[in-house]
Amino acid sequence: MSAVLPAGPARPATRRPGAWLLHPALKPLLFVAALGPFAWLLYGALANTLGPNPAEALIRATGDWTLRFLCLTLAVTPLREAFGLPALARLRRMLGLFTFFYAVLHFLGYAWLDMGLDLATIANDIPKRPFALVGFTALLLMLPLAATSFNRAIKALGAARWQALHRTVYAIVLLGLLHFFWMRAGKNDFAEVAVYAAIVALLLGWRLQRRLRRGAA
Amino acid sequence: MPNFQPSATGFVHPVPSEITPRAVYEGRRDFLRLMAGGGAGATLAAWAARDARAQTTTAGPGKLAKLPAVRSTVAGAVTLEKLTPYEDVTSYNNYYEFGTDKSDPVRRAGSLRTRPWTVAVEGACARPRTFGIEDLLKLGVMEERIYRMRCVEGWSMVIPWIGYPLAELIKAVEPTAGAKYVEFETLADPKQMPGLRSGVLDWPYIEGLRIDEAMHPLTLLTFGQYGEVLPNQMGAPVRLVVPWKYGFKNAKSIVRIRLTEKQPLTAWNKAAPREYGFYSNVNPKVDHPRWSQATERRIGEDGIFQKKRPTLMLNGYEAQVGQLYAGLDLVRHF
Repeated sequence: MSAVLPAGPARPATRRPGAWLLHPALKPLLFVAALGPFAWLLYGALANTLGPNPAEALIRATGDWTLRFLCLTLAVTPLREAFGLPALARLRRMLGLFTFFYAVLHFLGYAWLDMGLDLATIANDIPKRPFALVGFTALLLMLPLAATSFNRAIKALGAARWQALHRTVYAIVLLGLLHFFWMRAGKNDFAEVAVYAAIVALLLGWRLQRRLRRGAA
Repeated sequence: MPNFQPSATGFVHPVPSEITPRAVYEGRRDFLRLMAGGGAGATLAAWAARDARAQTTTAGPGKLAKLPAVRSTVAGAVTLEKLTPYEDVTSYNNYYEFGTDKSDPVRRAGSLRTRPWTVAVEGACARPRTFGIEDLLKLGVMEERIYRMRCVEGWSMVIPWIGYPLAELIKAVEPTAGAKYVEFETLADPKQMPGLRSGVLDWPYIEGLRIDEAMHPLTLLTFGQYGEVLPNQMGAPVRLVVPWKYGFKNAKSIVRIRLTEKQPLTAWNKAAPREYGFYSNVNPKVDHPRWSQATERRIGEDGIFQKKRPTLMLNGYEAQVGQLYAGLDLVRHF
């Protein structure tokens, strides 16, 4: 390919687009950054800077961060292909696991702060409310994905089966959106829901289009 | 030798609520000194007069104009619970005309102009009239009332309001037999209220009460809180407070009160009839479709990890208002 380029100094290998994605410090940096919201909330809870209703603030913020990490996770493949950055794939597992981490915190926030860790009350409360049931189902669907996120699990399952299993993420993101929509529905306040819905539509729409294109080819 | 060490039987510390407040013990000492001073007879009379007078009302934070009032003597009008901090009450509330986030009203209600202000009282009455806010302020004797406030979202506060019974205003316009309900309309001016741009609710905000609820002595036409006039974000210059109903029934910044024959179509009932009924009485046994109403979190008092406290039937005002609903199915009429 370089033969057809006009003569010029050869670009050093490190300037290849996306080479920085292979830097050994990137994953640790991402790990620390992804823990940022958690650290901030923990600090806020201890320093009492979360406003007059800190429990509500914690539950809502962890829910927001679950959705954000879910969108980031789903953005990896489209960005990788659109910008020719194969090395982005190294970050996907960590983003997925942080999605699970914030989802668990969100559920723990509800179970502990709202329900006082009373298992009978929780078991009675979740099925009674479609909005909670939908969120809880999404969390349950995340469990097998988190449990098979390490390399040996991929080998044991075989790549095809592993991939099929991890397509559950599409159901998870739709349930998560529905959960958020339902939570806001009572107030007819859909501005933020619309933003997330648009991002998810873009990310899933890209996949759909790619699939159709491949089918046509 | 006195022994201050904990013993086997224990050195029992009183709970904070049992500790005599400083003001009280200092008062007692003043009293004893005066008695010892010899003028016992005269002092005793003064003391009795002082005690008989209404107790001192809540001192404000000194942010807004003072609104003098006397402590209410109406049954149930003054709870002895700990007041929610002024900062929390005035920075965490719903007032959708200024945005849907509970931190929006305090940041954005500065644009509300509360003078000049009029309230039109009309409908099924012999003497419909438009009251200037100055006249309304003088219509009744200002009382301080300390009410529990339970939000439909599952949190609660204890707030010292200032106002007089709505009944006094209604009586002033002489309602006719056709007055079965009272409808409240609140200000909806897009120039002053940025939240009106959103389609969250059908503006103006409409609330309503049955006439007997509106005439109940606990239903307060409210002009102030914490010893001062209402801050804008709390619904200045005049709002409603009905302590046994969920907070959204308390229409803010009222501009019109209509006496009607038919049950008013209230804003939240119109927006989500399955979630918000006309009555919206606080009821731990009737859940909101999306959350339980059995418990509540007291703002500014309950710690993050503290279990939520049980919500009381009619927000603890059952003794005072329970008879209003005798024979009414409160599950169906939620």
